[in-house]
Amino acid sequence: MIADGWVMTGRHLRHVVRAPEQIIIFFTLPIMFVLVFGYVFGAGMAVGGTAYREFLLPGVFAMTQLYGLGATAIAISTDIGKGVVDRFRSMPAARSALMIGRGTADLTRALMEMTVLVVCGLLVGWQWHRGAGYALAAVGLLLLLRLALSCVGVYLGTVVPNPDTVSLIVFPFAFPLTALSNIYVAPELLPHWLGAISAWNPLSATVAACRELFGNPGVGGDSWAATHAIELAILWPLALIAIFGPLAVRSYRRLSR
Amino acid sequence: MTGWAIVAEGLLKAYRKNRALDGFDLQVAAGTVCGLLGPNGAGKTTAVRVLSTLVRFDAGRALVAGADVVREPGLVRERISLTGQYAAVDEVLSGWQNLVMFGRLSHLGKREAKRRADELLGEFGLADAAGRSAVEYSGGMRRRLDLAASLIRRPEVLFLDEPTTGLDPASRTQVWGAVRKLVAEGTTVLLTTQYLDEADQLADRISVVDAGRVIAEGTPDELKGVDRLEVVVHDAGQLTQTAALLSGTADVDTRRVRVVVTDRVAAMTEALRKLEEAGIAVDDIGIRRPTLDEAFLQLTGGKG
Ligand SMILES: Nc1ncnc2c1ncn2[C@@H]1O[C@H](COP(=O)(O)OP(=O)(O)OP(=O)(O)O)[C@@H](O)[C@H]1O
Ligand SMILES: [Mg+2]
Repeated sequence: MIADGWVMTGRHLRHVVRAPEQIIIFFTLPIMFVLVFGYVFGAGMAVGGTAYREFLLPGVFAMTQLYGLGATAIAISTDIGKGVVDRFRSMPAARSALMIGRGTADLTRALMEMTVLVVCGLLVGWQWHRGAGYALAAVGLLLLLRLALSCVGVYLGTVVPNPDTVSLIVFPFAFPLTALSNIYVAPELLPHWLGAISAWNPLSATVAACRELFGNPGVGGDSWAATHAIELAILWPLALIAIFGPLAVRSYRRLSR
Repeated sequence: MTGWAIVAEGLLKAYRKNRALDGFDLQVAAGTVCGLLGPNGAGKTTAVRVLSTLVRFDAGRALVAGADVVREPGLVRERISLTGQYAAVDEVLSGWQNLVMFGRLSHLGKREAKRRADELLGEFGLADAAGRSAVEYSGGMRRRLDLAASLIRRPEVLFLDEPTTGLDPASRTQVWGAVRKLVAEGTTVLLTTQYLDEADQLADRISVVDAGRVIAEGTPDELKGVDRLEVVVHDAGQLTQTAALLSGTADVDTRRVRVVVTDRVAAMTEALRKLEEAGIAVDDIGIRRPTLDEAFLQLTGGKG
């Protein structure tokens, strides 16, 4: 099963290598996030400038993971529409191989994106303040989030048969999820009930934990969610994996159209 | 184990109310080629997908290569290969990368997978295109790559759904050669085709499918039926007389009399003598055996 998954990982990475224009596209998006949000929003905020970008960057890191979900779902849905998945399914290879391969390829890609983002961040004045160990722990949490979102993406890709529909579905979900989180605005500044949603949002957990580990501003609030950000940033993704992992495998098995 | 490589009993598969398989029975002896013929929508592809574990069926029983399709699908998958109706290769990867990947997924070692990929690309005339992305292949090249992918390991049972549709004559002969070679090595083949000459050439037995079930089964010769003597009379007025004389049936439109015969030479000499004696002038006379096309059209009511 592991070996089959590894072969699939190779397949997905070769796809990236053979379509280099895609690499440019998926690096532009996060860079755009940093520049647009960092400078445009930063200009309108009271804290302003570098301080806002210090606050924002962990949010952009998490947001990039979220948009990766769309790419995963589209890739899976496209695959299934093609006959090649039929061949995989008629072979003795483990049925989870396609998903394991997708997961590892996504993580590899996320790692590359993170590198680009970190470099961009450093260029616009963001920094980590508590040493490399904590910073790496934060990156670990981001990758864990990506893995969880990758499971959700695989599931979405297997249930929605058309890649175009997938992209139509992803955006309306992703957008409010980022807006109702602590990415741009601290939950304490929102009206009570919105603040509660924002504080319990899985994205917020990872963002808050990253701010804490990087030593960036914006750690605060005395809700349980805010004081246990790191625990939540581990629990939320694990819960998503526990739910959507098996769901994805099951719906892949049920492709017996 | 019995001598059957494929046994299907009473298979039922419905898509909503549409029964794609409706009491589908099939038995294919190990080491033989069975051809599935049938008009569009008859259920050939569905049968292949059910037997190769891709689609679940609603009722019935199916054994492939000695394993139960429902209870032991993993075992079935280890023993079969499938080339579906639509090419199933990774379009982004190169031909070579495709074959190596499928080899690895069939649990060949890395080196063995690469060796086999080179070998197959040569065998299917794709060596020059090995490094190109499959998306740049022509339809026929993709088809051949698809077939090559099914032959990475010699399967016990090979399913081919319209393997040569869209291939040029040379590639078709290549594919036929590959299938024959495989059968000589002991593989059982279930093949669907729209080309009756292909079934005639390759299949030991043919099953004619219509509306989700097998409506006729036999060797190509059995299905074609018996030899017929055909006489075209010159004068339509003598048609009935000729039919009576030769104890055959008359077809007014074509001024033709058909007679079922067993001994071709004796029948011909006797008919010529009788016609001569009766002074009947003929435009044409000959022994014909119906083609598989004719037999097929007759069986499926001309829908094919
Ligand atoms: N995925 C599906 N969903 C709904 N109906 C289907 C599906 N697949 C096949 N069918 C129906 O099942 C019947 C049999 O289809 P099948 O593809 O097996 O025919 P076929 O004999 O292979 O035809 P062809 O010669 O055109 O390839 C058809 O009526 C078809 O509409
Ligand atoms: Mg078909």
